[in-house]
Amino acid sequence: MLAFIIQRLLQSILVMLTVGFIAFSLFNFVGDPVSLMLPPEATQADRDEVRKSLGLDQPFYVQFGTFLGNAVQGNFGISLRLGRPVSQLLVERLPATLELAMTAAVFGLLIGIPMGVYTALKRDKWTSKVLLTGSLVGVSLPNFLIGIFLILIFAVWLGWLPSFGRGETTAIGFWTTGFLTTEGLKAIILPAITLGFYPITLIMRLVRAEMLEVLRTDYIKFARARGLTNNAVHFGHALKNTLVPVITITGLQLGAIIAFAIITETVFQWPGMGLLFIQAVQFADIPVMAAYLCLIGFIFVVVNLVVDLLYFAVDPRLRVERSGSGGH
Amino acid sequence: MPDGRFIDICYHAPVTMKFSTLATALLFAIVTSIGVGAPAHAKTLRYATQDEPQTLDPHSANLAVANRLLSNIYEGLVFRDKDYKIVPWLATSWTQPDAKTWRFKLRPNVKFHDGSAFTADDVVFSIERALHPLSQLKVAVQGVERGRKVDDLTVDLIMREPNPVLLNHLVFFRIVSKTWAEKNKAAIPQNYKDKEETFSSRNSNGTGPFMLLERQPDVRTVIVENKTWWNRNSPERGNVSRIELLPIQSRPTRLAALISGEVQFVNDPPTQDVPRLKANKDIKIVEGQEARVQYLVFDTSRDELLYSDVKGKNPWRDLRVRQAVAHAIDVEAIKLKSMRGLSVPTGTIITKFDQGFSSDADKRLKYDLVRARELLKEAGYPNGFGVTLDCGNNAPAADICPAVAVMLNQIGIRVTANVMTIPNFFPKLQRADTSFYLLSWTSPTSDALYTLQSLVYTHGGDGVANASGDNNYGRYSNKDLDRLIDQFKVEPDMKKRDALIRDALLLLNRELPIVPLHRQIIPWAMSAKPGTDVTAIFPPNGTPYFFRFKIQ
Repeated sequence: MLAFIIQRLLQSILVMLTVGFIAFSLFNFVGDPVSLMLPPEATQADRDEVRKSLGLDQPFYVQFGTFLGNAVQGNFGISLRLGRPVSQLLVERLPATLELAMTAAVFGLLIGIPMGVYTALKRDKWTSKVLLTGSLVGVSLPNFLIGIFLILIFAVWLGWLPSFGRGETTAIGFWTTGFLTTEGLKAIILPAITLGFYPITLIMRLVRAEMLEVLRTDYIKFARARGLTNNAVHFGHALKNTLVPVITITGLQLGAIIAFAIITETVFQWPGMGLLFIQAVQFADIPVMAAYLCLIGFIFVVVNLVVDLLYFAVDPRLRVERSGSGGH
Repeated sequence: MPDGRFIDICYHAPVTMKFSTLATALLFAIVTSIGVGAPAHAKTLRYATQDEPQTLDPHSANLAVANRLLSNIYEGLVFRDKDYKIVPWLATSWTQPDAKTWRFKLRPNVKFHDGSAFTADDVVFSIERALHPLSQLKVAVQGVERGRKVDDLTVDLIMREPNPVLLNHLVFFRIVSKTWAEKNKAAIPQNYKDKEETFSSRNSNGTGPFMLLERQPDVRTVIVENKTWWNRNSPERGNVSRIELLPIQSRPTRLAALISGEVQFVNDPPTQDVPRLKANKDIKIVEGQEARVQYLVFDTSRDELLYSDVKGKNPWRDLRVRQAVAHAIDVEAIKLKSMRGLSVPTGTIITKFDQGFSSDADKRLKYDLVRARELLKEAGYPNGFGVTLDCGNNAPAADICPAVAVMLNQIGIRVTANVMTIPNFFPKLQRADTSFYLLSWTSPTSDALYTLQSLVYTHGGDGVANASGDNNYGRYSNKDLDRLIDQFKVEPDMKKRDALIRDALLLLNRELPIVPLHRQIIPWAMSAKPGTDVTAIFPPNGTPYFFRFKIQ
């Protein structure tokens, strides 16, 4: 078990190195930040001076080496755009993104699972057909469009919810949360639905397919034969057995939600890491881009690791095989 | 200032929640909610904009976004009144004892936001700070060598070279408190080498009508009225006591916030939405002409263009080809289609708001395709040629660029529009790695000199006009033009100076190294609902001076 975790962590370092290396080799194409940092009347000598002091005159592999050396010591450099340490920026932005992603994931589960169960149990009802067709829209509509529709309906027409920002936040240590104020809670609804739209539809379809599968199995028939109530059969036996793949998919989706919050954050001016990244791209702010990409790589790796460990926890066969092969 | 708007889109600042700031904000909220200390007329203006400055430092960035906010916090020796005339501000009067000296009498009893007194020391210090190599505001004190304190309320500006329009420049010269800056290690505008944040980038201490209350970059910046402002009894003063600057990058979201009443003022609504906003009775649009000109530039220096299918020669070096381009551009169509009516076609690179403008020079070559084709034929290109037009991906350039390409295709010049991201576009221009480009320009000094010496003076030329040709990426060079600019730069007599500028502008019209297209009209969108009905005045530099805003 321990060996497995260590092996996966070593793999994750390799993944992050690869992400960082590819990112750095592409940074040559995003443009020159120095031209945006200095006044237009700056001389070529001024520009060269700043470029040199930032290490931008070095070839990319040297820049990458320096970045790695500093990153190992927890120093991701200073943002060219904001003149502040990158690690500090990311720590400030992280709570906003994580709160949004978690809320979106919770929406995905709370709305997706019941809808999946419903459409599986009442597969011939017209409401199920509407939901299924609707879910196709959810899968195919781009995020930003959903966001704009929601803003139009709930902010402009109805005036119920704010169209942008995070509302009032409260600081608890380094963490700022929007969950403790009404304003903050209202502000998270639209972005979380926007970001959660895809997971909702995905989970719904997954649960439906799994439920249909499970409902055909012998033990369900047996349970019915025992005279158990419908509720006990559907929720006590069938749903429980569909949840294993759902947990896995939700876990994997969480990584994707965090990484792809960029668009939702831009539409709703949500002050998270995604918005920071977009602005870094526009400014060619290399330290921020590098740190962000590595962080996202890290989050993906960790989520995958947790999911793998969950497999161990829920599927006894895996444990048996491992210990068996180890023992003999 | 080369197109602040270009750079605008790149400038943002981080989210941060300082505990002390938060505490102050909460306290303020409580105090105002129970009505203690809040004057009866207290009015809050919530203001959404695409970008906010990434720094509040008064001298580190010369960008429209920074100017919009900082002009409300910091002040200069002189200012512009409602009619855009220069008026005394922190200086009450000035004289020129000799050719190399300007002597300013300072206004007594002016206080910085932290309560300290404003004196000549602060002026001398701010000049030094603005002239620092890492300052972007050197142009605000162009020609000045240093400041010299005479007494507490008298200061001399010692000139390195004469600057007849020094006052125009000084409008943008922001004065910061010396003791405050030194105490907080912010004596220089910014410092990349020490890898730490400069204090002045998130704090401020000016003398202006508003003071900083809260700064959460990318979330909100709050400024509140300075109750000890020296000019509180000005007849121009409105009634806004608190301004919340809310950056909203996404255009539809920004307008949604305005329409839903979450914000009352948007200074950059997308042009295509302006007609729809005008139809909404709760919204009003204030349109103003901005002192910014959109123009095309040819590479007139190379013997062979970098991005063209003509080999062995440079078609742009033939005046007839440049004239053909000018004839082929239907600037009215650009106004109608690309700009949705929000432009004023022009034939000259400076605007009527700038010193030296002359209507004689504001003449375009007629839109005439037949003449354009004839000219091309005479120049030896009966079948035209291919060339690449470079432009930034910002509005409105990204819309104008393809329109120009289509128009020139009609006379056989096969233009490929190359629309690039800003961080790639500017460095490409700075390397002069272009054959043909579209750019816009505004002179923060409202004077022809800065524009002409930057855009058309010989690049790197060693004439009197220093910092010459810095933005002359077509590398146009004309000895006669250089001589005219050298002359008017030091001409103290305004009449003679204006005549020289006129000659220079007419020469540009004859030679056409650049083809001006139009000045932009900038719409401001604001609430017209009773109770939050905003009254605003648009100055040609596009800066909202909030102390003149009214909410009814």
